[in-house]
Amino acid sequence: MSQGSHYYVPAPSTWPITGSVALLFMGFGAAFSVNKMPLGYGLLAFGFAVLIYMLFGWFGTVARESESGKFNQQVDKSFRWGMSWFIFSEVMFFAAFFGALYYMRIYSVPELGDLEHKSLWPDFTGDWPTAGPGITEKFMPMGPWGLPAINTVLLLTSGVTVTWAHWALKLNKRGQLKLGLFLTFALGFLFVGLQAYEYGHAYSDLNLKMSSGAYGATFFMLTGFHGFHVTLGSIMLFVIYCRVLKGHFTPENHFGFEGVAWYWHFVDVVWLGLFIFVYWLI
Amino acid sequence: MAAVHDHDVAHAHDHHPSGMMRWMMTTNHKDIGTMYLWFSFIMFLTGGVMALTIRAELFQPGLQIVNPEFFNQLTTMHGLIMIFGAIMPAFVGFANWQIPMMIGAPDMAFARMNNWSFWLLPPAALLLLSSFFVPGGAPAGGWTIYPPLSVQMGMGMDMAIFAIHIMGASSIMGSINIITTILNMRAPGMTLMKMPMFVWTWLITAYLLVLVMPVLAGAVTMLLTDRNFGTNFFNAAGGGDPVMFQHIFWFFGHPEVYIMILPAFGIVSEVIPTFARKPLFGYSSMVYATASIAILSCIVWAHHMFTAGMPVTGQLFFMYATMLIAVPTGVKVFNWTATMWRGSMTFETPMLFAIGFIFLFTLGGFSGVICAVVPIDIQVQDTYYVIAHFHYVLVSGALFGIFSGAYYWLPKWTGHMYDETLGKVHFWLTMIFFNLTFFVQHFLGLAGMPRRIPDYALQFADFNMISSIGAFGFGLSQLLFLYVVLKCIRGGAKAPAKTWEGGKTLEWTLPSPAPYHSFETPPVVR
Repeated sequence: MSQGSHYYVPAPSTWPITGSVALLFMGFGAAFSVNKMPLGYGLLAFGFAVLIYMLFGWFGTVARESESGKFNQQVDKSFRWGMSWFIFSEVMFFAAFFGALYYMRIYSVPELGDLEHKSLWPDFTGDWPTAGPGITEKFMPMGPWGLPAINTVLLLTSGVTVTWAHWALKLNKRGQLKLGLFLTFALGFLFVGLQAYEYGHAYSDLNLKMSSGAYGATFFMLTGFHGFHVTLGSIMLFVIYCRVLKGHFTPENHFGFEGVAWYWHFVDVVWLGLFIFVYWLI
Repeated sequence: MAAVHDHDVAHAHDHHPSGMMRWMMTTNHKDIGTMYLWFSFIMFLTGGVMALTIRAELFQPGLQIVNPEFFNQLTTMHGLIMIFGAIMPAFVGFANWQIPMMIGAPDMAFARMNNWSFWLLPPAALLLLSSFFVPGGAPAGGWTIYPPLSVQMGMGMDMAIFAIHIMGASSIMGSINIITTILNMRAPGMTLMKMPMFVWTWLITAYLLVLVMPVLAGAVTMLLTDRNFGTNFFNAAGGGDPVMFQHIFWFFGHPEVYIMILPAFGIVSEVIPTFARKPLFGYSSMVYATASIAILSCIVWAHHMFTAGMPVTGQLFFMYATMLIAVPTGVKVFNWTATMWRGSMTFETPMLFAIGFIFLFTLGGFSGVICAVVPIDIQVQDTYYVIAHFHYVLVSGALFGIFSGAYYWLPKWTGHMYDETLGKVHFWLTMIFFNLTFFVQHFLGLAGMPRRIPDYALQFADFNMISSIGAFGFGLSQLLFLYVVLKCIRGGAKAPAKTWEGGKTLEWTLPSPAPYHSFETPPVVR
């Protein structure tokens, strides 16, 4: 509530309605394509292209507004509140899937193996990992100490490099800032690449699929959405890197950087939960 | 905290986009609030037509107007449209119009994102409504979209899932905007405990939205992958459990009902003091009661699932936790009543709706406590008793709150007084026909009439006929509301800045109609 300063209210803009058109096409496109109807993928691709165009335009506008000094302390604080609650909503999104994982491991799978269900499925023991009593196709679970452990090291290291870059930004050491950011998104993309390789390994060597019952569903849902978030985070870091190359951000004023760093730490923490409960404790 | 408006800086006020472009591009909280309110009213009529078709079918026993499949599509879509299309957007519309004015801010914190929050709704509604026209029709498993039914349905279900994703994104953006506006843009001197109650209730509602909307997104995403990508979250053969969907869904669903009622509490807490000409009784206890209701609402979800199978310990916990909510709710009802005690009351339309709200919402609250009792709930689960209960809290609760707020602030929004006589007629018609529709449904439910079934046994015929007559009366009465609002927008007696003698909040210090940018320089609150 700083007095005498100016709160920036942007002029009418076409970006939001562009985004709505994008999501309209993506909604219909997705519904059509999962039902194998004609036009589905076309609508989806068109909507996605419009969405990318909108994101470029909208974030570009915000970056320009920021660089021209239109945002004061109070606007900066708004961005901080906004980003914090956005990340909180993301935490709750993952909470739904972690909730499903715990529910299956604690309730539904052991219950299906208990005495009452012996008449239905006499051979099912209710141990984790499982594809459930009705799915006979065998699979192997993903072990924690191969790629997943390497991925853990990669992500934790990237958490260090992004903080290293932040220190550099605060001390106005632009060289270290660029190097730190470069390392961070490089580690991020490397993580995504290794995850993709791990998926290939799961499908071809372990016979582990989305349809592999409780284990397969939770494994792919959790690691899939996490990988999607790492991809987004890496792209965000790359955008920040490009802005740094263009000379954006000052030691005092760099919320764009900090917001992305917060997001990056969030995907990092989610990964730790995944590593422990999806990969390790099985 | 003076405001800089981008276009003002460039060149005076002269290049607002006009026509449709004004509405599509606007970053103004009042324009966006207006769009939310009109969208909500259109959805209210859409969902209302579905409700009347349901009531027409139920006018007498036997199948006469629609086939059972379509009947189920109607009950499902009526619920989804009314919740996500009518009630929630109406309250966001109120938040957009009122919060900046009531806290002395120039606009919402994220004005451009605010526009997107609104403009996500029409595409979502289009997606949801067009599911009627695809093979298999609209979703027909009830608004709660429980598997396995929802996993087996046609592509209409996928459209509903994506519509829910988009509406959820809209709600999350809207609530982040509201939280940030309230926390960061209050006028100097307005501490949290000096905020108007309406602002408080919306702050707490917005927290609930950020907490539970992502969980709904997760739940419907699992439905989507179960339907289309071979996962087995809700399939016992794969180690999953359909009951798990119910847990995740109701973790969203129960706070959701408080999301739909807390802003109504806020509106009533503004209206009653104004027309009783007394400050709100027990302001701080009101704040704490609202927060307690919100916190409790997150730990009672399984009372929707007493018959789904759960340990007795679970039933007892959820029963007692649910009954506990009656305590803070009772605090609120007590405070409203105590505010009126020895007040110099007048009964203009907003006050009539507010008092109607207190009476009927309390009735709905009582039937809620009854439903919370496990042995009773096992009897009334999925009967018309439950239908009666939640329409008492959602129609005579949430909707009456919306009507009360609309009449209360219409003069501020339009600059004209609405037609007081017609407003009162609207209230009495609504009040009478509402009770005619829903009161008898308590009896139907207790006698065992199941919900979501297009036909019924002969013994239920009389009450159903009464209920259907009431429903049509109620529906037609709402056209009168439309007429009153249009008449008020087009003209009428000039409304003074301080429309209501007892109005104490900041919006009454602004001229009527309120200027395009609310507070360019912040007022100082003592």
